[in-house]
Amino acid sequence: MVRSRDDIVRTIGKPLLADDERVKISCRNVNVYYGEKRAIREVSVDIAEQEVTAFIGPSGCGKSTFLRCINRMNDTIKSCRVEGEITLDREDIYDRNVDPVLLRARIGMVFQKPNPFPKSIFENVAYGPRIHGLARNKSELDEIVITSLEKAGLFSEVKDQLDHPGTGLSGGQQQRLCIARAISVQPEVILMDEPCSALDPIATAKIEELIDELRRNFTIIIVTHSMQQAARVSQRTAFFHLGNLVEVDDTNTIFVNPEHKLTQDYITGRYG
Amino acid sequence: MNKQDHEARLNLIKSRLKIRYAKEKAFRAAGVTAILTALSMLAILFITIVGSGYSAFQQTFVRLDIHFDQEVIDPERSGDPEVFSQADFAGLVKKSLRKKFPDVRKRRQKRDLYSLVSSGASFQLRDMVMNNPGIIGSTKTVWMPADDDIDMYVKGHIKAGEKGGGRIKDYKLAWIKELSAGGAIEKRFNRTLFTSGDSREPELAGIWGAAVGSFYTMFVTLVLSFPLGVATAIYLEEFAPKNIWTDILEVNINNLAAVPSIVFGLLGLAVFLNFFGLPRSAPIVGGLVLTFMTLPTIIIASRASLLAVPPSIREGALGVGASKMQAVMHHVLPLALPGMLTGTIIGMARALGETAPLLMIGMVAFIVDIPAGIFDKATVLPVQIYLWADSPERAFMERTSAAIMILLAFLLIMNAAAVILRKRFERRW
Amino acid sequence: MTVRSEELTNLNELLLKMAALVEAAIKSSVESLVARKANVAEKVIREDHQINAFDVAIDEECIRLLALKQPMGKDLRLITTAMKITTDLERIGDNAVNIAERAMELNLEPELKPYVDIPRMSRIVQGMVRDTIDAFVNEDVTLAKDVIMRDDSVDDLNETVWKDLMLIMTQDPSTTSRAVKITYVSKYLERIGDHATNIAETVVYMVEGKIIRHMLPDQF
Repeated sequence: MVRSRDDIVRTIGKPLLADDERVKISCRNVNVYYGEKRAIREVSVDIAEQEVTAFIGPSGCGKSTFLRCINRMNDTIKSCRVEGEITLDREDIYDRNVDPVLLRARIGMVFQKPNPFPKSIFENVAYGPRIHGLARNKSELDEIVITSLEKAGLFSEVKDQLDHPGTGLSGGQQQRLCIARAISVQPEVILMDEPCSALDPIATAKIEELIDELRRNFTIIIVTHSMQQAARVSQRTAFFHLGNLVEVDDTNTIFVNPEHKLTQDYITGRYG
Repeated sequence: MNKQDHEARLNLIKSRLKIRYAKEKAFRAAGVTAILTALSMLAILFITIVGSGYSAFQQTFVRLDIHFDQEVIDPERSGDPEVFSQADFAGLVKKSLRKKFPDVRKRRQKRDLYSLVSSGASFQLRDMVMNNPGIIGSTKTVWMPADDDIDMYVKGHIKAGEKGGGRIKDYKLAWIKELSAGGAIEKRFNRTLFTSGDSREPELAGIWGAAVGSFYTMFVTLVLSFPLGVATAIYLEEFAPKNIWTDILEVNINNLAAVPSIVFGLLGLAVFLNFFGLPRSAPIVGGLVLTFMTLPTIIIASRASLLAVPPSIREGALGVGASKMQAVMHHVLPLALPGMLTGTIIGMARALGETAPLLMIGMVAFIVDIPAGIFDKATVLPVQIYLWADSPERAFMERTSAAIMILLAFLLIMNAAAVILRKRFERRW
Repeated sequence: MTVRSEELTNLNELLLKMAALVEAAIKSSVESLVARKANVAEKVIREDHQINAFDVAIDEECIRLLALKQPMGKDLRLITTAMKITTDLERIGDNAVNIAERAMELNLEPELKPYVDIPRMSRIVQGMVRDTIDAFVNEDVTLAKDVIMRDDSVDDLNETVWKDLMLIMTQDPSTTSRAVKITYVSKYLERIGDHATNIAETVVYMVEGKIIRHMLPDQF
């Protein structure tokens, strides 16, 4: 594959935030390679604090890849290599001194398919705090579990069956359990990789409500293949295409008056 | 498309449909035939084995009145067990027989008379006295195992007077008739088969020694191969870098699973016996050799079950900040364990039925004593079968079949355990 | 995530505020004519931009909701209705400005005759605007249909005014300029009535999902 500078599209819109105080995560000239193939090209973008940022784009555009760079989940893929700078609170997360395990305690993740551990609901949520030693005793652990389930809007539905297996819940409940699991370690950022793609519309609506609630306490980045979902839940939207970050702006601008032709074509469904 | 075309098309499809169904039927019939053939073969195998082996679970016993003569057992009235054990118990049996058949005078006939009862009868009497010295001086009715020829005759496996069956002479036949008429001959459950070690005398031979040997060997194999195999599988699947070396390793593991088992025996002979100087015929060496043989099976099965754990579970654990090790130990391993156990049990079942490598390390010896540990000389069930099958006595034939049945029962139990484990712990995601 | 109820309330409030401004503009413009107050007319013209600003704000909010919340069913009808209402209200505001402009011109000349029907029309159309917005907010179909009925009396009054002035003009051609301007005012008020009727019709659509435009009253 020929790599030329022409491949790189300069991001338009407002990728960088004017207000430095609001920046939670900042990415500068990020390139991601799978072996020889460049999956992400020169992406620079700021993620604002306590806001929902949506990554949209056609399949294979690199939005998930980019998301997984932010909590170094790509470390587990051997052929994957990340270049450029990603900072969390102005601290380089790819610095030699940064422990990916610690990083993932600060940046939680919710996956495409609900993946509760095949253990009880309680154990699912208690796992994170337990391995990090966040609770000093049983009652503290109970409290963390209950608060997390409450924040995930699941507690009232499962309060009588905390010892039941998490895998026995419905898809939407499982995903909220995974959200509870993610927030149990009190991360600062939550990454969501197509969290509703396996769910029905009602369950999806509940998760979307929840995301809007969580925005008050967490910085959220959501990858979604549903433009409507990005429109509904996010404050800022980033459009990826062939590994390029094409346009970033306020969600309203992206969906009402996008600047780039590619963005326009994608959101109107005339893509390809 | 007009209606005519449409109909023509339908007819074409219909005509093809018949051929398609016919093919399907033929394939199904072939499958059923194959399965039925296999089943009938299996049935023949079972019928033959059970048919020739079931009688081994019974043994002919002869009832004799034994006078535990003080003069013979303990003439000096020392009461010392050491003295009892030296006593001529065989003489007691002979005396009792002579009393029963006082007409027998000739030396030759006398010898034949004495051979009605197993040579092990004297040990039985000795044990009685050792356990209860109070019976000295009294007369007791004792059931003693009959000699294997008598046993075979009573069970109808050999006939008297027949050519080649001439081991039982007419007068002997008369004695047997007399004894059975008096209710002094009876077939009873053959406890010896399950409680004794090997013996030259079929009526005294049992599989317990081999079973214990098998148990020790399997124990060594399990203790070594399960942790080693699982650890190897986890390392290779979860931690090892993917490069040329791990690829070579993988190919070798797969090859190792296909190596003829006798080769492992040779390896064991060279390494454990000649180099490390471990004891010959011992379960420890057998276990080590069988470990070599089972390891590839366990590694392959364990890797497959690790691979079957969905990556989303690993990601979920890593996502909340678990380390790689924690993700594997807390989440992946528990899910893969049922599959690993199944693979292990199947590997162990194969090892249990293995003879060839054990021949090379001397576990084929004739061993009477029940092994007491992994360093004692021992043999194993399949080797015991091999040994008995090689013995000329007619009575060993049925014992061979009986031993095969017992071994098969063990294998069935192990495989059933594997199936139950899988069913019980299998999870769907 | 659907449209939140507070977002709809907010939209309603914007429309109510805009309607209040529009109603006041009608009232002031007619007052400036009847009471010959140039400063009131100026104020109406000067403050029209507020109405326009509301028009833009409501439109943007509706587009935002349509784009980001993908409203369906009743919510969809409500938001599209709001877009139409804001256009009508803005047009009413423009008409009020027109009236105020005519009033300033007429005030420079002597009074033709005391206004009788114009204030009456003004009162009716103000009531129509107020009621039609109430009908929108309260989803009151009966009130909306009542507004539609009232438009006839506005039309009748317009006719009367027009006939009266025709008579004056034929009798005394020197009054033509003033009379024509007054017929304009009457026409503007009649247009305001029509816009109010439009709003009422879209309110019926919003509530019942039935388009009653271009129907005779007994058909709905």
